[in-house]
Amino acid sequence: MTTDQVTTERARPEPIRAVPVRHPGRWITVAVLGVLTAMFVHLLVTNEAFNWSFMVDRMFRPPIIEGLLRGTVLMTVTAMLIGVTLGVVIAVMRLSENPILRGVAWLYTWFFRAVPRLVLLAVFGNIGILWSRIEFGVPFDTQLGQLFGIDNLQLRLFGFSSHDILTGFMAGLLGLALSEAAYMAEIVRAGIQSVDQGQTEAAQALGMSRGQLLRRVVLPQAMRVIIPPTGNETIAMLKDTSLLLYVPVSVELFFQLDAVGNRTFKIFPMYVAACLWYLFLTSILLVGQYFLERHFGKGYGTAGRARLRLRGVAAEAGGNPGEVKP
Amino acid sequence: MTELVIPGQAGAPEAESDLMVRAEQVHKSFGSIEVLKGIDLEVRTGQVCCLLGPSGSGKSTFLRCINHLEKINAGRIWVDGELIGYRQRGDKLYEMREKEVAAQRRAIGMVFQRFNLFPHKTALENVTEAPLLVRREKRAEVREQAAPLLGRREKRAEVRERAAALLERVGLGDRLHSYPSQLSGGQQQRVAIARALAMQPKLMLFDEPTSALDPELVGEVLDVMKDLAREGMTMIVVTHEIGFAREVGDSLVFMDGGVVVEQGNPREVIAAPQHERTKAFLAKVL
Ligand SMILES: Nc1ncnc2c1ncn2[C@@H]1O[C@H](COP(=O)(O)OP(=O)(O)OP(=O)(O)O)[C@@H](O)[C@H]1O
Ligand SMILES: [Mg+2]
Repeated sequence: MTTDQVTTERARPEPIRAVPVRHPGRWITVAVLGVLTAMFVHLLVTNEAFNWSFMVDRMFRPPIIEGLLRGTVLMTVTAMLIGVTLGVVIAVMRLSENPILRGVAWLYTWFFRAVPRLVLLAVFGNIGILWSRIEFGVPFDTQLGQLFGIDNLQLRLFGFSSHDILTGFMAGLLGLALSEAAYMAEIVRAGIQSVDQGQTEAAQALGMSRGQLLRRVVLPQAMRVIIPPTGNETIAMLKDTSLLLYVPVSVELFFQLDAVGNRTFKIFPMYVAACLWYLFLTSILLVGQYFLERHFGKGYGTAGRARLRLRGVAAEAGGNPGEVKP
Repeated sequence: MTELVIPGQAGAPEAESDLMVRAEQVHKSFGSIEVLKGIDLEVRTGQVCCLLGPSGSGKSTFLRCINHLEKINAGRIWVDGELIGYRQRGDKLYEMREKEVAAQRRAIGMVFQRFNLFPHKTALENVTEAPLLVRREKRAEVREQAAPLLGRREKRAEVRERAAALLERVGLGDRLHSYPSQLSGGQQQRVAIARALAMQPKLMLFDEPTSALDPELVGEVLDVMKDLAREGMTMIVVTHEIGFAREVGDSLVFMDGGVVVEQGNPREVIAAPQHERTKAFLAKVL
């Protein structure tokens, strides 16, 4: 008590008025950046090769917008949907107790991660060379027929011409989705393994089946670890749709821009247009990723951190930190 | 341990109606290390069995064998007269399907040292999760039999009401919608007890439920467990709380090196341990 009185009685010391440390380095950096920016703007405005009016005129034309919606956006969405779903299946297979499933899953990820996407797409684009028709029925029917002395036995239920179903879009989708599944499988596996073993035990002790505990307990928690890299994968996928040029898929943004450029011999403005379109689309995805991460951080993330912050504040204020109601 | 059924011998033991748990010659190895070397144990219905022993003696492993979280290598475990994990026909054992094992586990509640609450679910959701899943399964079965559907809304509300009542009972009626990260250790462990009770188990297994708690929070969890014991729940409790064993325990089992060294009335064993290893251990924890 006495010390308290002493401190209150003593005159409050003068506020500190010191000369702050100077940062000349910062000013130099700003100056250099300013000059560089000015040079860049100057380049953009004065260099004829950009041909802005031509670019703006062409980049919103219907074939390009259609290519953007179908070849880029739709392709990204479907390839990611298939990739994520298949990836979860492969990850669960990889972690299963069945050695055959484990082996198959390993082989799958090995193959699709080892072959570059561009090469994979080129292969899928030409897969029609293997079969003129794709048919479903009894496998090895002709060979089986020969075994029983029947010539040219055909036990086919239905079939398609590969030209009909393996269109450029389907071939591209297949290539992108299958390769994505391999990467997603690794991400999901890491996510599942990041969940505490105690969670599985608790769920099992409550009588949940393996499927139930995966769906209700482990995967929702793994999401926290899975979502951020999946966002990156989606952005990478969006950019990789430009590789569809090599399948080829004609109804696709980059294919169309490239075609306009080649036709008009003004290739550079169309490449700049491609940059701008991809910048725009990836920025939208970044916003989506932010909200997804916020959603799956429920229960620990924001609420937990806010509570810790409140605790800190309460403790500093000399209050009882246990009293803080979240 | 008057009569021993030799493992592999035909026929189940005559159902002693008041035996909730009966373990015989339970062996368990991890790789080449044998952790349980023939455990015999009986717990009567409504009694509290306290399991003591030094670290690494196999207490947790034995508890996990009782609800088949670990597969035993030899021996038999019965809970309420039912063989755990296997079905016996003649002298042949058949492994149970996942669904059957799950059904057996539902009758056995388990509480862990580190709570293991589901962090992405609120206290109430933690408690309702498993009962709601069971309800869904049952409804699927009902549908398969083409029986009229049960009123879905009401049932769901009933499960929730029961869960809320359980949380109320463990003193958390005002924290139903808190996430585990917003609760203290003692509160989390009480939610975990409510979660286990929600399956209306015949038997509760506690694996050092208070070891991860700050000293001032141990009491609130032990109080809930004492209430449970008083209400006649059959419990096996691995604990270092000698006071709890003395006060609530009906039997005390001391394990060391994968075998039961000594067992008997807790007050007698604690006051006058017969075995050297028991004496040495009690001297350390008392
Ligand atoms: N999954 C496992 N794989 C290999 N060894 C294991 C496994 N689980 C337990 N063990 C071993 O079995 C022995 C007994 O472990 P257990 O956890 O049952 O002991 P405990 O009596 O519960 O000890 P504590 O008091 O430390 O919890 C230990 O030596 C441990 O290393
Ligand atoms: Mg243990």
